[in-house]
Amino acid sequence: MKAPRPIFTLAFLLVLCFSLAASLHPVFAIMAGDHAGDSMIKTVLGDGRKMFANHFYTQADVYFHSGFYPNFIEQSYATGGPKKIHIAERQEEGKTDDDDEKEEPGMNFMGKSADWIESFGRHFRSHVHTHLDKPGAAREILPWLQLAAELDPQKVETYTVASFWLRKNMHKPDEAETFLRQGLKANPTSFEILYELGLVYYEDRKEPERALNLLDLALVRWRQAEAAHRKPDPHQCDAILAHLSTIEESNGHWSNAVSYLEQEMEFTPSKESVGKRIEELRMKIPH
Amino acid sequence: MNVILAIANVVIKELYRRKDFYVLLVLTAVITILMASANIFNDDKVVGYLKETCLRLIWLSALVIAVGTAARQIPAEIEQRTIFPLLAKPVTRWQVILGKFVGCWLASGIAIVVFYAFLMVVSASHEHEWRLLNNFQCLWMEWMFLAIVISMVLLGSVVFAAPSSTLTITLVVVLGILLLGENLNLVAVHQAEPVRSLLYVVYFSIPQFSWFYLGDFVVHKIGSVEWLYIFLASLYSMAYSAFFLLTTWVCFRRKGLNK
Repeated sequence: MKAPRPIFTLAFLLVLCFSLAASLHPVFAIMAGDHAGDSMIKTVLGDGRKMFANHFYTQADVYFHSGFYPNFIEQSYATGGPKKIHIAERQEEGKTDDDDEKEEPGMNFMGKSADWIESFGRHFRSHVHTHLDKPGAAREILPWLQLAAELDPQKVETYTVASFWLRKNMHKPDEAETFLRQGLKANPTSFEILYELGLVYYEDRKEPERALNLLDLALVRWRQAEAAHRKPDPHQCDAILAHLSTIEESNGHWSNAVSYLEQEMEFTPSKESVGKRIEELRMKIPH
Repeated sequence: MNVILAIANVVIKELYRRKDFYVLLVLTAVITILMASANIFNDDKVVGYLKETCLRLIWLSALVIAVGTAARQIPAEIEQRTIFPLLAKPVTRWQVILGKFVGCWLASGIAIVVFYAFLMVVSASHEHEWRLLNNFQCLWMEWMFLAIVISMVLLGSVVFAAPSSTLTITLVVVLGILLLGENLNLVAVHQAEPVRSLLYVVYFSIPQFSWFYLGDFVVHKIGSVEWLYIFLASLYSMAYSAFFLLTTWVCFRRKGLNK
């Protein structure tokens, strides 16, 4: 039997490959199912990516301290290391560098050097406690937060911390809102993200009406979390109610403002000043 | 001296004939450029993460090049029996070791100069400043680190049976020291005897590689290291390299070369 010409064999194989690809594609598309839209990182690392997310979140804090940070062994053994991620603490209103020094005296994880090797080695690493809080300087922490969010979209702090620094240090409320909405999509019940989104509208966009709606929803979500025994942070509810009352007060809705302040009494550490404000607002309500 | 330089010259030529260096350079460049193309909240001035990633890749690449080059030198000469004409020149065994060391060290130096040139171009394109002092100090200290590593590998290559085992063992040891070395004293304090004393012995005996990584100064722009400390660290590196080279010579001078 005469062998076919190579060109025909090649053409046959090409047609065969094309037909197989065309017929198998729908089958694989169905098999991929929910995973079709997943990112490459999710496909490669699976749930293991969450392990790295925390590392990158901490890396943002390392950058905030310009490298002056205990490594993983120092964090395990030393007593003077940071107890909480510093960039997140900065979100608490009114905090300054001086407050940090009082709470974490010099972040003294280095302490006194134990031997000449340690003492000499300190010349080759960052050994001064500084913060990246000059305007625009905090941009260096943002890639790590973006990466942490990519790896663990359910880590709510990543979005709120990034938004805080984008708004306060970088003056980028648009980027903050986009990132928060991305976080809200992944965590629809998060009152923390809704609260931060409310602040974007109240403090940066100067749109108190939209801020009011968002903060109201944040309060509903906080109450739902409490009802579900998820132990939500009471300070967060205090902050939501404080902002709600401020907005209502500026809108001239005195009774609503009083109502929020009365709810705040349950959570606030400064009951006396809140009580005083309630009295002041009650005087303004027309009888 | 001429003999040592002649042997070193052959090793350097080997670097640019082999593909390792080019592959690692391209890999580093591709990863860095891909990372540079990421959109970080519409801000094109973010550069810290990029420099850190590039520096880590440079360290890893330089380590692989140095260990890979050094581990093969003496076993290859013995395997191919080229060691016999070399020693018949006449060249002493000490000169062979020193020539191989100088060659590997200079070859690694050339490689890291190319890598750092790339790093400087990438960071300058974002920051609009060269930061020559920081980059030079970082490069110099990495070269000093590689001197110790290469001398360790040469010792390994006359002790262990095959270049592959030398390569694996040295890489594990070097990475282990880089990761844990500087904090072994902290771990030791929290251990009971005799583990505590044992850890202290290891802590004071191993070369402290972490001193040679000046990434903090390049990435976080926190000034530079005083030259006195750079000089002292360089002396420290030379002392350890001399120790390992002498030990290599002690092991190699009576080693049978017939396989």
